[in-house]
Amino acid sequence: MTHPAHTPLLELKNICKTFNDTTSWRGRSSKGVQAVANATLSLYPNETLGLVGETGSGKSTLGRIALRLIAPSSGTVMFEGQDITHLPARLMREKRQRMQMVFQDPYGSLDPRMSVDKLVSEPLSVHDVSYAERQEKMQAALRQVGLDPSLAHRYPHEFSGGQRQRIGIARAMVLDPTLLVLDEPVSALDVSIQAQVLNLLHEIQVRTQVSYLFIAHDLSVVRHISHRVAVMYLGRIVEIGTRDAIYTRPKHPYTVSLLSAVPIPDPDLERTRKRIPLIGEIGSANNTPNGCRFHPRCPRAREMAQQPSIAKQKIGSIEIPIICTTQDPALVGSEQEHACACHFPHQTF
Amino acid sequence: MSNASKILLDIRHLSVAVGDVQSKTPLIRDVSLHVKARETLAIVGESGSGKTLSFLAALGIAPNNVKVTAGEVLFEGDDLTKLNPNELRARRGTAISMVFQDPLSALNPVFSIGTQIIEVLRAHLPMTHAQARARAIELLERVHIPDPHRRVDDYPHQFSGGMRQRALIAMAIALEPKVLIADEPTTALDVTVQAQVLELLSQLREETGMALVLITHDLGLVARHADRVAVFYAGSVVEQAGVQDLFHEPRHPYTVSLFRTIPRLDSPANTALTPIVGQPPNLAQLPEGCPFAPRCYLVKPDCGSAQVKLVDTTNKEHLSACHYWPEVHPES
Repeated sequence: MTHPAHTPLLELKNICKTFNDTTSWRGRSSKGVQAVANATLSLYPNETLGLVGETGSGKSTLGRIALRLIAPSSGTVMFEGQDITHLPARLMREKRQRMQMVFQDPYGSLDPRMSVDKLVSEPLSVHDVSYAERQEKMQAALRQVGLDPSLAHRYPHEFSGGQRQRIGIARAMVLDPTLLVLDEPVSALDVSIQAQVLNLLHEIQVRTQVSYLFIAHDLSVVRHISHRVAVMYLGRIVEIGTRDAIYTRPKHPYTVSLLSAVPIPDPDLERTRKRIPLIGEIGSANNTPNGCRFHPRCPRAREMAQQPSIAKQKIGSIEIPIICTTQDPALVGSEQEHACACHFPHQTF
Repeated sequence: MSNASKILLDIRHLSVAVGDVQSKTPLIRDVSLHVKARETLAIVGESGSGKTLSFLAALGIAPNNVKVTAGEVLFEGDDLTKLNPNELRARRGTAISMVFQDPLSALNPVFSIGTQIIEVLRAHLPMTHAQARARAIELLERVHIPDPHRRVDDYPHQFSGGMRQRALIAMAIALEPKVLIADEPTTALDVTVQAQVLELLSQLREETGMALVLITHDLGLVARHADRVAVFYAGSVVEQAGVQDLFHEPRHPYTVSLFRTIPRLDSPANTALTPIVGQPPNLAQLPEGCPFAPRCYLVKPDCGSAQVKLVDTTNKEHLSACHYWPEVHPES
């Protein structure tokens, strides 16, 4: 959790991604969908960074950009100290041995017509490893995820959801990657199985020092596994910091509301907890609001508009501080410790 | 709150099996549950434990090859399992109604939201199209859909996930049912929207006095919303209690294991999770004796052979299906 003066394994600098922003031959342009806006983060060796946010916040897109499965519209992707944003495919393939992905759906992500040994050794044959070495590594990878290598001739349908997710992890780990992007790896699993997979991921990290970019919407799971956490809202990282900073001293009103919405399995505590409800639903990335993109739902902006010293603007029947509707707040603070993108980060409710 | 309320839905010793006469696989074994007016009963358990199927079978909407083999489902004096399809159809929606998990596949994509609500209303009530439409708008307003006069003509794809789930709730309460069964109503939704939908269900329950059955796997939601809880494992109820008793004094090892296996927002960071060892059992080859025995931390030699039964552990309705319930301590 303490990162000495390492260089980051992965650095994303000012990443933007807009889908379908085309200009046709007649000069007509369409604005497109802005999925990620100016996201900056870094991931250190042996670290887990949790990436949370609602559906449509751009967290999966950012994860795919980190592996360069999608090219960013602008910004830089650095991996092991090298700029890989425009690396040609041939060189990229060499890098990909050390950057792998685990997907959400353990049913859809494994080819039903390939046996487990083929599935797990396939990444090795792509990267030109000899047959004997492939077999050896495949068996080691299966053992690492707690599966008996004698079951390797079976097909995915013969395994349960939790076991299939283990196969997905073995397939990603067989190349000894230094970076693993996990996109909702446990959300399709039952709670008892979820704990097995979370413990497994922890063991693997202790053993291999691999770094995780852990994308999830379940805030309790992310708290359990992450060293640092980034919160995304409509394509923007609105708060990032150490796990304890985010969970015990959240600054951004969105993080505060998100945390207050997570139910805690304790009836006494749960029925006295204060919810800070968000107004409405997540906006559309087609049409991001001006200024701070959270202002249409922000309870704090409404609160601040009550103060006489603050210049405000009437939108419909509500008042919002002008600064919130006109200026997009920058992420202020240290990304390693605690940074927040809000005009009023120190106000409490 | 429930002392004076009457029992609305009473499921007694329900057993359900799949397959033909030659090979039957029991899916639900001897489940007894009841809900009272104004009460929220939570049903928890893993996938395949039979929590949804119990209610599908009770309403007669389980798949064709799934049959009720024993037991009765009493609603206002009638046994629903004995009614003919027409009588049963008349009771669905008006007496008992259901909200399903996935709001996108539960709505028909080629009809507008309004048309689908109007269809429900006119199938059961003598209403003109105009009356039904006015009522549909009223219902959408009731579930907090903004601008219902305009949105009533929208199609499902124009609604967000949370709004679709609300439209389904509007449809489910259209005939003012006495019991509303919500099957994982928020699993497909984001946490902020989840909170809004559940507040809406609680509010509707308060206003109309209906009973709410909340099928879920999220123990946090149970803690917040339920009055009583039934825990399912491998097709039967292994523990049933008031929400306070269940959380503070669980009396079945499976319930205790469930609590230990989930990461909590308020537990100290870095607490190791204790997963439940092994897999849920195959219902076709259930072990003799207690079905949870192979995964149980408290297992004793006779657990593998002695039949388990749900017994009352106190005089205040705390049932457990463990031979050794006095030895179950959440702290150990």
